[in-house]
Amino acid sequence: MLEIRGLHASVEGNEILKGVDLTVRAGEVHAIMGPNGSGKSTLAQVLAGHPAYQVTAGSVRYQGKDLLELDPEERAREGVFLAFQYPVAIRGITNSYFLRSALNAVRKHRGLPELDPLDFLQVLEEKLQTIGWDQSFMSRAVNEGFSGGEKKRNEILQLAILEPRLAILDETDSGLDIDALKTVAEAVNKLRAPDRSFVVVTHYQRLLNYIVPDVVHVLVDGRIMKTGGKDLALKLEEQGYDWVAGGAGVA
Amino acid sequence: MTQSAIDRYLAQYRAFSGNGASGAPAWLRDLREQAIARFVETGFPSTHDEQWRFTNVRPIAETPFTLSAVRWQTGPVPAGVLVTTFAEALTRSPDLVQRHLGKYARAATNPFTALGTAFLADGLLVHVPDRLVIDGPIHVTCAIPAGTPSPMIHPRLLVVLGREAQARVVELYEGDIPGASLTNAVTEIVLGEGARLDHCRVQRQGLRGYHVATSQSSQARDSRLVFTTVTLGAGLSRHDVNGVLDGSGSYFLLNGLSVVGERQHVDYHTTIDHAQPHAESHEYVNGVFDGASHGVFNGRIIVRPGAQRTDSKQTNNNLLLSRDARADSQPQLEIYADDVKCTHGSTVGPLDETALFYLRSRGVGAAEARGLLTYGFAAEILDRIEMPEVRNMLDGLLRERLGVDREREEAV
Repeated sequence: MLEIRGLHASVEGNEILKGVDLTVRAGEVHAIMGPNGSGKSTLAQVLAGHPAYQVTAGSVRYQGKDLLELDPEERAREGVFLAFQYPVAIRGITNSYFLRSALNAVRKHRGLPELDPLDFLQVLEEKLQTIGWDQSFMSRAVNEGFSGGEKKRNEILQLAILEPRLAILDETDSGLDIDALKTVAEAVNKLRAPDRSFVVVTHYQRLLNYIVPDVVHVLVDGRIMKTGGKDLALKLEEQGYDWVAGGAGVA
Repeated sequence: MTQSAIDRYLAQYRAFSGNGASGAPAWLRDLREQAIARFVETGFPSTHDEQWRFTNVRPIAETPFTLSAVRWQTGPVPAGVLVTTFAEALTRSPDLVQRHLGKYARAATNPFTALGTAFLADGLLVHVPDRLVIDGPIHVTCAIPAGTPSPMIHPRLLVVLGREAQARVVELYEGDIPGASLTNAVTEIVLGEGARLDHCRVQRQGLRGYHVATSQSSQARDSRLVFTTVTLGAGLSRHDVNGVLDGSGSYFLLNGLSVVGERQHVDYHTTIDHAQPHAESHEYVNGVFDGASHGVFNGRIIVRPGAQRTDSKQTNNNLLLSRDARADSQPQLEIYADDVKCTHGSTVGPLDETALFYLRSRGVGAAEARGLLTYGFAAEILDRIEMPEVRNMLDGLLRERLGVDREREEAV
């Protein structure tokens, strides 16, 4: 599904990723943990193709394709999805129009007919039912005036509708209280599938109680320093990140 | 300002006032005489004049325009409403016209208003009597006349709503002729106590047109005005919107939008005058500037002494879609009362890169994402129009302009 080799990336001339290696197979859930500033979010953004980040070395293969060659929209159409840490508010565009535009862009790429508002409503209702939410914020402008929890739920709803092969969740737990966290995690769990992989970026082990990963990686100073099973997350929770990097230069 | 231009206008005025316009009542002839005298005194404004700093009207002054007749087109007129030319109104409701015409948009405050008042003939009166509630919008359209080289028109509109009357008006300026033209429009809006008006003004003339306009409103107690001005056309346009909240409990929502490109120049000068206490005004003006276009916004809020508990909010956002586009934004607050709430804010900048990436990361192509964001920025203004059919019409124009071709109306 995803193969990252020796990935180096910088933003505004500062190198953040300093040689990341990561392999994710179909259906697996990988957690990327690490202290603040370790490069977790950078990795997520680079995979989605944020233009502010420059890849200076390394390769990323996704379903056999060179992912780094593709524009952000091409990646999305090929099935890469990033749930943003800070979802962006877009004035004047309703959430349902936004979701339909996105779905139609993806459908077009897959050779499927585009959906009109009524057809889309059916898809939407189906998805909302699957994840157990109502459509109360569909007629509001995208993320405009949404609470932290609503924004994160909206990201997961997009995930449900776009049906990606690779979903990257960037600190989806940040800013959520425990109830909201459970709701979001339950929705994600319902979306797990044998042909869909997840990369869950988080600072805290807490989320991983609800979205149980197959593999846990610890990213420190732009490199993956340790890889293990779900117990690794618990150990990190107890002992902090210092022991992973041997205590050197890590907050 | 050259003397020859003034002489040219004076000669046209002499011909005009000695001709068909001579049949007007004495008070109207006086109004015109005072106005032309005022114009001869001031001439056209120059960029040394603070109010005209960013808008150079020299091309207007230097073009020899020919005075032309205005032909208003009106849509269906709801029962009980009077929509008629001044010529007819002067026989049917002479007192009404005399009581209001030229009383709000005054020749002394703006040379173009002076000029328009001097050539005042082709006016239209919309009168909604006391307590009459009209649902469907009243459409009035004014087009640049074809056939005359360099035509100049001075359309005049007077909208009077009686006590507790309620109406919707759409004022549309259009027309595209091969050469230059000047439209110099003055609209006066008078709302009686408790009256409610949703008024939408759209200017979509051809790019060779010059368009200068003043929309002046006066609101009595507890009245409510939603005024939307949309500028899509004309090479150079200047629109002064002046609202006087002359009664406590009155409410004024001013919505402005310009979507322009190429070398178009749009200048919105707005003045919201809180003359009485306990009134509320909100102003939202968004501009989208592509090509080498230039936007000017000057938003003045005056809170008169004694206008306590005024609540006034002003926002001006400008989106620059190209490196050659430019926008100048100037808020101007003059507050002479102490118990008031006034806020203002303005932004000038390109599309938000993060928002662009957000859309692209969902599969929307870069060009479509730009169109959508731009559309959303403009639609925010249109969404405040309370007339669905007008909003949809403008929505269509906007989508056409920005290449956002799909229906935005959603099933939810």
